Amino acid sequence: MSDSGVLTGEHFINGDEACAEGAIAAGCRFFAGYPITPATEIAERMARRLPQVQGICIQMEDEIASVAAILGASWGGTKSMTATSGPGFSLMMENIGLGMMTETPCVIVNIMRGGPSTGLPTLVGQADVMQARWGSHGDYGVIALSPSSPQEMFDLTITAFNLSEIYRLPVLVMGDELVGHMSEKVAIPAPDQIQLVSRPRPDRLADTFLPFMPNADLVPPMACAGEGFHVHVTGLTHDEQGYPVITPIVHERLVRRLVDKIRLNAHKIIQLEEIALDDAQAVVVAYGCTSRTAREAVQCLRLEGLKVGLLRLITLWPFPEEKVRQLAKGIKSFIVPEINYGQMVYEVERCAQGQAETILLPFMGGTIHTPEDIMAAVREVLS
Amino acid sequence: MKIRYQPVVPFDQEASNRQKDEQHGLHPDDVFLKPGRIPHIWCPGCGLGVVVNTYINGLKMANLTIDQSAVVSGIGCTGRVAGYLNMDTYHTTHGRAVPFATGLALTRPDLSVTVFSGDGDLFAIGGNHFIHAARRNVNLKVICVNNFNYGMTGGQAAPTTPVSAKTTTTPYGNSEASFNLPYLAHASGAVYVARWTTFHARQLVNAIAETLTINGFTFIEVIAPCPIGYGRPNKLGSGLDEMIYYKENSLVQNGADPRHVDIALKGKIIVGKFAEEKRPTFLEEYDERILNKFRRKEG
Repeated sequence: MSDSGVLTGEHFINGDEACAEGAIAAGCRFFAGYPITPATEIAERMARRLPQVQGICIQMEDEIASVAAILGASWGGTKSMTATSGPGFSLMMENIGLGMMTETPCVIVNIMRGGPSTGLPTLVGQADVMQARWGSHGDYGVIALSPSSPQEMFDLTITAFNLSEIYRLPVLVMGDELVGHMSEKVAIPAPDQIQLVSRPRPDRLADTFLPFMPNADLVPPMACAGEGFHVHVTGLTHDEQGYPVITPIVHERLVRRLVDKIRLNAHKIIQLEEIALDDAQAVVVAYGCTSRTAREAVQCLRLEGLKVGLLRLITLWPFPEEKVRQLAKGIKSFIVPEINYGQMVYEVERCAQGQAETILLPFMGGTIHTPEDIMAAVREVLS
Repeated sequence: MKIRYQPVVPFDQEASNRQKDEQHGLHPDDVFLKPGRIPHIWCPGCGLGVVVNTYINGLKMANLTIDQSAVVSGIGCTGRVAGYLNMDTYHTTHGRAVPFATGLALTRPDLSVTVFSGDGDLFAIGGNHFIHAARRNVNLKVICVNNFNYGMTGGQAAPTTPVSAKTTTTPYGNSEASFNLPYLAHASGAVYVARWTTFHARQLVNAIAETLTINGFTFIEVIAPCPIGYGRPNKLGSGLDEMIYYKENSLVQNGADPRHVDIALKGKIIVGKFAEEKRPTFLEEYDERILNKFRRKEG
């Protein structure tokens, strides 16, 4: 371990543990959580590791309190995180909305299991991805990432912290039970090789500082507690001073900015992995653990000579609209395997605009697609 | 998809400055109030103005500056307190002021973090958070303004509404038992428990100042008039009438057993400092038992 507490080197750990290590490497020093399968290992790892770097790990009374506490810690100037699974994610929706409205940087991890309700606590699901987009009431922009390996649980947790600091919002890491519980080699760089970003800070004195006046990228600088700026932070619709103003004029201005700061910066946020797309006639769109199956299927089909590619969504939200629109012009079909009954497929179909057909391969959860499931669908399309 | 946006009206800096210039700085305590935020939204006769004033005077008595203080509120009439105070203030979601304040207080132990909220916010939707923060002894100063009903939404029953009291959701009189808040706070582990009414402004200032110097989870219940939401259906008269009622029906009993300080409709109100004890805070325990194991040796 390095002096800064980053667990540098190669490790054989599971995705949940890698997520916790990513958080610590990203500078997270406050974790508040509540035990839930299959995300508990993140809390356990944080409870063990955070004190080693003089951070605080607190087990709250529920997931509502967990998000409230990390928002409070973020305003205290400390990078903070919580982790949960479906039932807890549902409880978190209220304060995720508060985090969006108050533009509070933090990271929320959801290790997805089968739902609805208590569902399949120990088994995989991918059915919370639309909840990630629309779960809390009202409109706001969202950033959600989808790791597909323990290595990516580490890497994307760091990315999530950086994005949350740059765009000042809770960033969602949408892992799944399979990726969370799978153990693989995770290579952790030396601390000086890890690029970290901090929230924009006030560039003027308190008497002229407007705490919600955005910079050119639509993100306002953040004055934390105890810095003399006397900021009022409210979940009510508020003006650039932070004062509550309950009018359509101010609501339009504020909420449009909350949406646009993600929408207009989407090209800087979106990460994709493109495999064999150049001459593809069919494109599999997949994310998380399902993308691992899809990768295998595409490789096998290419050996058979079929022109099929893979578009792996690393960023789920904002959705890569432009990429899908552009692909749709040159291909026959999109094939979308998901461990749900159709969620991201709606985005694919919407952006295909009728120019390519969209085929959903649903699976309600508990286990994953086989490569054969995907291969059969592709063969049918391309035959 | 193409988007045709509605026009956006930019922030009017000049109007904001004008409002601040005209309304701010006239009163000696304005330094404690956010510029341009007065007048407040509270009804005539409401007790919240008194409570804000006593908090300001408590800060002065405890020699705390606005830079050393932060206030966290939930939702409701009392939840609006945060927005008027000229310090770092957080108006959170309904019932969640305490866990938000927990995150703030644990990461900024140098700040004095006060939670201002109402009886419905803290003890109905936020009840679980309250008892756990008290159990952990997080260093929070909780001031609960109890007006026996949900004022902001127009006078519905709260977990503090006395039996037989009328509200818009108990039109035939409340049939449920109510919480005895000092008993609940004491049993949950609060290290300081007191109750005063808005009539007892002097005692309330002293109590607030006292809690601001205590390291730990403190609880002050402030009985406050709500002539519009609670007073009218229960024929308690105006805000002034309620203050007279507090004057004539309060019994100061410092050290009273918190188990026996229930409040009945039109009954006596026992006030005073009921309990104080010393107990290590969450951070003191966490520091000694956990962080200390990993602290690097100096030098």
